[in-house]
Amino acid sequence: MDGVESIDGAPAGRSPWRLALARLLQNRVALAFLGLFVLIVVFCLAAPLWSTHVAETGPNDTHTLEKVTVDGEKRDVVSPDGQPIGPVWLKAGGKFFLGADGRLGRDEMVRLMYGGRTSLFISLAAALVTTLLSIVLGLMAGYYRGWIDAVIARGLDIIWAFPVVLLGIALGTALAVGGLQIGPISISGTSIWIPTLIIGVVYVPYMARPLRGEVLALREKEFVEAAVAQGAGPLRVMFGELLPNLWSTIIVFFALNIANNMLLESALSFLGAGVQAPNSSWGTMISTGFELIQSAPLLTILPGAMILLTVLSLNVFADGLRDALDPKSRVRLEVEAHSGLIEPEGPAV
Amino acid sequence: MGRFIVRRIAGMIFVLFAISVIVFLIFNVIPNSEPAQRMAGKNATPQLVAAIKKDWGFEDPLPQQYLTTMKKIFTGELISYSNQLNVNEQIKKGLPATFSLSIGAAVIWMFFGVIFGYLSAVRAGGLTDRLLTVVAIVGISMPVFVLAAVFLKYLAFDTGIFPAGGYVKLTEEPIEWAYHLILPWTTLAIIYVGFYSRVLRSNMLDAMGGDYVRTARAKGLTERQVMRRHVLRNSLIPIVTLFGLDFGAVVFGGAILTEAIFSLNGVGDYAYQSTVNLDLPPIMAVTLFGAFFVVLFNALVDIAYAYLDPRVRLGESAQ
Repeated sequence: MDGVESIDGAPAGRSPWRLALARLLQNRVALAFLGLFVLIVVFCLAAPLWSTHVAETGPNDTHTLEKVTVDGEKRDVVSPDGQPIGPVWLKAGGKFFLGADGRLGRDEMVRLMYGGRTSLFISLAAALVTTLLSIVLGLMAGYYRGWIDAVIARGLDIIWAFPVVLLGIALGTALAVGGLQIGPISISGTSIWIPTLIIGVVYVPYMARPLRGEVLALREKEFVEAAVAQGAGPLRVMFGELLPNLWSTIIVFFALNIANNMLLESALSFLGAGVQAPNSSWGTMISTGFELIQSAPLLTILPGAMILLTVLSLNVFADGLRDALDPKSRVRLEVEAHSGLIEPEGPAV
Repeated sequence: MGRFIVRRIAGMIFVLFAISVIVFLIFNVIPNSEPAQRMAGKNATPQLVAAIKKDWGFEDPLPQQYLTTMKKIFTGELISYSNQLNVNEQIKKGLPATFSLSIGAAVIWMFFGVIFGYLSAVRAGGLTDRLLTVVAIVGISMPVFVLAAVFLKYLAFDTGIFPAGGYVKLTEEPIEWAYHLILPWTTLAIIYVGFYSRVLRSNMLDAMGGDYVRTARAKGLTERQVMRRHVLRNSLIPIVTLFGLDFGAVVFGGAILTEAIFSLNGVGDYAYQSTVNLDLPPIMAVTLFGAFFVVLFNALVDIAYAYLDPRVRLGESAQ
């Protein structure tokens, strides 16, 4: 780090972001879990490579009646009584590394990698949707106050009153049949944009409410008054003055939001209201794998473990991020619980 | 107190109305396919779709449609077009299992949450404390249905220690009832226990710095008396609030997923089966009643809370 450069012997100041980065770099646990998350992302991004060069099959290719050569011996991919082949590791040259996924005899490893891409894509894209909507709503409510704030705050309270899983199921089933058509935009019912948008909208109150609270407090500060006195308009004040002060909160919420999105996506997909065939995600893999829980528990446990590891890595990293961005955050939970300003983020589903 | 209750109930009625409008919009108005087609389910005949269209008045103006829909849900006329069963009756049938699961799990996680939270606060930095942090963060990160599936496979199917799902009525065989619910209870409780004990722990550490704690020590109470009578009691208040917020979400969140794995035949299992079949009328009713339950429960908690703690109602009126 080049933070401490001395000019005439006096140490130069370091920006809050640099200080936060320095604190984060000292947090070995948070960094280790960030590394784990990166590994998972790389694993999923490598799906086409593994699929074309090693497994030589796609995520939706079925091999029901085929045989695979394991250690020179021919074995059924799916036995006559419907039992899929278990993990053969590298004995078949990388084919069916983790076995097949059920009666259809699809390669579990390939599906795990492609399913992860869907799960990660939905979690990230939904987090972007949530964050953008929350920033706009939080800034507008906190800046304009009055009736605009009343409408936004009430609206958020109403969405917040729905249990997330239930609202997700309601929207998921209503949209899965016919898709969504708003003006020129038409989304098919099986598109992964449907669960993405649903998850993105459902979590807006969880982020917009605390942001609104922060904006309401910042609005009273002198620097806002100064900006207004200089003739700054509403947009300038909101995005030029208020937003930069929200970034540290937004970054932490964003990381936590990705984690919660992944849990909600898997829950909805497991219930059948999330990702629809032919797409698959870790959640849909669990729902098909669970049918064979007695004879092939790995088909449930593998995608489940991937979800757990991804969510865990994000939660631990977000915790470290919060410590780094706000060193006083150790007392934060208590303050929040007493003031009731921010709902502590409990288990999502 | 009276004014607080009136204001709280007025706010609640507004939210209930808004929720019913949103549910109506989601199922009847979302601009995509024909709503009658969606209501009819997967294998609908054109005759059925036409009948539903007429019955639900999908060609009427929207406010009229809203009234028709609400009348159907609240008078118990709603039926599933996939299996012809009355939706409200099915929900009523599922309630005992759902509440047995959620209330039992809540008792377990609150009980152990308080014990673990207390122990780790008294010995902050110790082994319990560190273990708890791990349990809490894994609990937040674990998909509840995966944990349920693992329990079902290894503790029920393979070893036969516990029954493999199903629900037995409390009034018929209380012991079997509890025996069948142990695994589902444990699954749900594990998810929440770590988080609750962590919140209690930090509340207690915060409370230990209070003046009344110093006074209690100064008047000669033992450390144990100080902790239990003063620190713990004051730290429980935020836990109760948190519980009030969480419980409704658990009944119609984690419980749905747990019920689906353990086939408990509760409301959650019903919602799950209807989702799999894309059978919309039951989902509509469960969503509406679920959100109503959460709002009513939160209002009750708020009122109870205001009764117990005058600061709450004073704080509210100051806003």
